[in-house]
Amino acid sequence: MAITTVPQIPRKAGRPPSPYSAGPQRTSLGRKVRDNLTGHAFLIGAVLCFVVFSWYPMVRGIVMSFQRTRRGETTWVGWDNYTRLIADPSFWPAWKNTFYFTVLALVLGYAVPFFVAILLNEFRHAKGYLRILVYLPVMLPPASALFLFKFYAYDPSEAGLFNAILKALHLPTSQWMQSPGMTMPAMVIASTWMNMGGAVLIYLASLQNIPGELYEAAELDGAGVWRRIRHVTIPQTRLILALLAMLQIVATMQLFIEPLILANGAGAEDSATSVAYLIYQHGFFQNDLNGAAALGVIMLVVLAGFSAVYVRLTAKQD
Amino acid sequence: MAQDSGTRTLISHAQLRRGRGRIIYWTLLTVVVVGFTLVFLGPLYWMVTGALKSGQEIAQTPPSLFPKDPQPQNYIDAWNNLDLAKLLFNTFYYAVGAVVFQLVFDTAAAYSLSKLRPVFGNVILGLMLATLMIPAMVLIVPQYVTVIDLPILHINLLDSPFAIWLPLVANAFNIFLLKRFFDSIPEELMAAALMDGATPLRTLWSIILPISRPILGVVSIFAVTAVWKDFLWPKLVMPSPETRTVSVGIYAFAGGTPMNVVIAASVIAAIPTVVVFLVFQRNIMSGLTTGSLKG
Repeated sequence: MAITTVPQIPRKAGRPPSPYSAGPQRTSLGRKVRDNLTGHAFLIGAVLCFVVFSWYPMVRGIVMSFQRTRRGETTWVGWDNYTRLIADPSFWPAWKNTFYFTVLALVLGYAVPFFVAILLNEFRHAKGYLRILVYLPVMLPPASALFLFKFYAYDPSEAGLFNAILKALHLPTSQWMQSPGMTMPAMVIASTWMNMGGAVLIYLASLQNIPGELYEAAELDGAGVWRRIRHVTIPQTRLILALLAMLQIVATMQLFIEPLILANGAGAEDSATSVAYLIYQHGFFQNDLNGAAALGVIMLVVLAGFSAVYVRLTAKQD
Repeated sequence: MAQDSGTRTLISHAQLRRGRGRIIYWTLLTVVVVGFTLVFLGPLYWMVTGALKSGQEIAQTPPSLFPKDPQPQNYIDAWNNLDLAKLLFNTFYYAVGAVVFQLVFDTAAAYSLSKLRPVFGNVILGLMLATLMIPAMVLIVPQYVTVIDLPILHINLLDSPFAIWLPLVANAFNIFLLKRFFDSIPEELMAAALMDGATPLRTLWSIILPISRPILGVVSIFAVTAVWKDFLWPKLVMPSPETRTVSVGIYAFAGGTPMNVVIAASVIAAIPTVVVFLVFQRNIMSGLTTGSLKG
């Protein structure tokens, strides 16, 4: 993305006025140059970090994906890395799992926080307490939270927390991470528990910006609670809803630490392998940094579609 | 605790105070308070007490609610066997450095983009914001390759704290947050400082920074929690046991350590961020919402 924006820059864009240059009397050329140098001097530290750790790696990732480095010798290999990656038996399962996770996480991790926020917004009591509770798991290091799920909640015997609860309710227990069918739902539950707090708080803030008169008017027109949610709450928070959907899709597509810790990586029968985990595998275990870079580029292309929508939405908001 | 916000929400206050509405309100409130406590605090209780149980007790069915024979030894083992003091110190050191680097470089950049506005400032800002749309996983390989052999300088940053500090400076979200805050500081203040002959640096130091304390606090808290929660990047760039962060260290030991000890270590690792959250929860929550709602 960083590359595509460059040609669009209008070369002759006028400099917006700043108190350091705009004034009643015209400033001299020397003064202008000096002011600009000062401005750039303040920028240089951050810009260098962006160049070295963000912009340059972006370009380098694309270049690397068409190269192959063997014994210190780098050659151009065209699309070889891509074809090799696509032929990897884990490639399609990884995409399937990642999409499955993304969709499940959208259902659980996206709708649930919205309704939780609507509920919390109606309460006149214990608001602060509930808000702290919801956000608390977000502050745990993900590794800590996931070990808790792995060892205590998803224990496949009846000593595990979830199975003990299911048994107490006379429901069938589950093998959790050991059954390929439950792997993804189990990861979504853990991930939602860890991450939903941020979304809840953002929704709460946007709900508080809805003018009360709208609800008043809707009620006078005879709209019930559900119709008020449908015709007032949702349209009024549309932008935030769309924005968070994009952000969440981008975040869940990068699913990594959940499979790594909960399923030791691939899980039973490749049921946990994610695209990000495959990048990690190729890059850091199979000594295939070029293949990993190619998979990264594929991921970027897939997400570029979502990002395009995101850009349009944020542009509209301005 | 009763706080009437005064603003009308989905359901009117009057409706909530009347007979049926009142009963539904209080039932729902009780259910939610109890439910949320179980869902969000329950697992944490399970974690803290579970780590106190013996190996046999953890494997028994049904699981016990209270540890019958508390074994604080698990926590002591975790502390000693995993060398948690070292791991926590490393993480703390990286977090403090991250705060310093981000505050210095990102604040200077945001100040320049907001107030000094040099030529191509908007282009630079646009390029920075564009990185927000690049998922971290896409960059992980080329970033790693860059860090093990920095361009031009040919320095290997593996196991050096700079491998954590410098990439964190390239944080467009921070620059965006800071710039938005600086944008809201009136230009007249800048003009007045200029009249008095203050240099840009002096203006930043004595005028801008003192008013910007809230946003600087938010950026610092985000920097600390980002370092504390990050996993893959520190795992890649801090490969030796001496330089590991606490999350990576626990993960590395998880294979050959009894699970109660792993959980005890996880509890200890979580304490600092939880404490930071409870102390600064107001700032964190306001920072979160200003960042996402654009003010």
